[in-house]
Amino acid sequence: MHGQPRPYWNPLVAGLILGLALLATFLVTGHGLGASGLSARLTAALGSWILPEATAANAYLGGYVKAGAPLAGWITWEVLGVVLGGLIGSLTSRRFRPKVEGGPRLTPARRLTYAFVGGALVGFGARLARGCTSGLGLSGSATLAVAGFVFLIAFFAAGFLTMRLARGAWT
Amino acid sequence: MSFPFYDSGFWPALALGVLFGLALEGAGFASARKLTAQFTLRDFSVFKVMFTAVIVAATGLWLAEELGLMAPRSVFIPTLYAWAIAVGGALIGAGFAIGGYCPGTSAVGLASGRWDALVFIVGMIAGAAVFAWGFDAISPLYWAAPGPKGQTLDQLLGLPVPAILVAMIAVAAGGFWLGSRLERRFGGPIGSSDVTCGSEGAQPPETGTRPGSMRPS
Repeated sequence: MHGQPRPYWNPLVAGLILGLALLATFLVTGHGLGASGLSARLTAALGSWILPEATAANAYLGGYVKAGAPLAGWITWEVLGVVLGGLIGSLTSRRFRPKVEGGPRLTPARRLTYAFVGGALVGFGARLARGCTSGLGLSGSATLAVAGFVFLIAFFAAGFLTMRLARGAWT
Repeated sequence: MSFPFYDSGFWPALALGVLFGLALEGAGFASARKLTAQFTLRDFSVFKVMFTAVIVAATGLWLAEELGLMAPRSVFIPTLYAWAIAVGGALIGAGFAIGGYCPGTSAVGLASGRWDALVFIVGMIAGAAVFAWGFDAISPLYWAAPGPKGQTLDQLLGLPVPAILVAMIAVAAGGFWLGSRLERRFGGPIGSSDVTCGSEGAQPPETGTRPGSMRPS
């Protein structure tokens, strides 16, 4: 049904290309790459659709609503590009697979529950930290910002610690 | 010559995003199993790709300044809010180990057909909504312990930028060497056919088939 998927790139080659893309982003826009900023904009957009008054009055989301069209911004176009790039890459390499991917011992329903819980922790954490692995870990560290390295240390430490409890979900 | 252009237009944003997406997908970061294998020590791709990219971009930014193509500190440098970034970073690390992605990789996971990535994204929106709802209570943590505006490692340590870059290359080289040894020990790294076989359900093939494959205790 599917052809044999092409192998992944060597991690150093992938890192080199990602680094050049990040450098180009800095030179063109004056800032780095991001991703989680869109989740705040999506929340503001959905909020002003479902609960317009509460969202406009919210101390955190109000600013996005006041500026009008919360989704119209650089991060939205960029993440649209990320999805497009991921689609081109996975289709041309025969790595595209519609599936629920998880450890062999998890049912798909449980895998999706963990995906939601993990996503919620990440969504909350990214708003608190003012960025995610892309915006702080990658882009912040590339500017040698202390904030970027503090983020990376906390991210990797918590990841290893949590995996001691969560490894049954993946192995 | 004056970089950066401060161009926030649609087409450059889309093109740079496509490059970002191609690199993430090519690295294998559309796969939650490959991503999370970083934290079981079976696959060091997350560390290798991130560290390489940071060093390449940091060196390029430094060169652009040295060659006079760009004024010093003319790109955005985030400011440390120690508690918010430490706690937020830890929540992202924990959520990554449980949910399988971070925000950027969930976008390429979705683009590669992974339903779990879509649910992860819905979870992220829910998490951001909870943050916004509780923002008044969270605000003291959000603003606590601010560092100097846009402080960089070379400023903090009083060292020249090239010294920081050389130190980062040394740490990366040590990490790559150690990582590759651990990958071999634990039967990694995870390849594209390991995660694409089986088209439905969370049912990848049995992974303990490679020589030397074993689980850490």
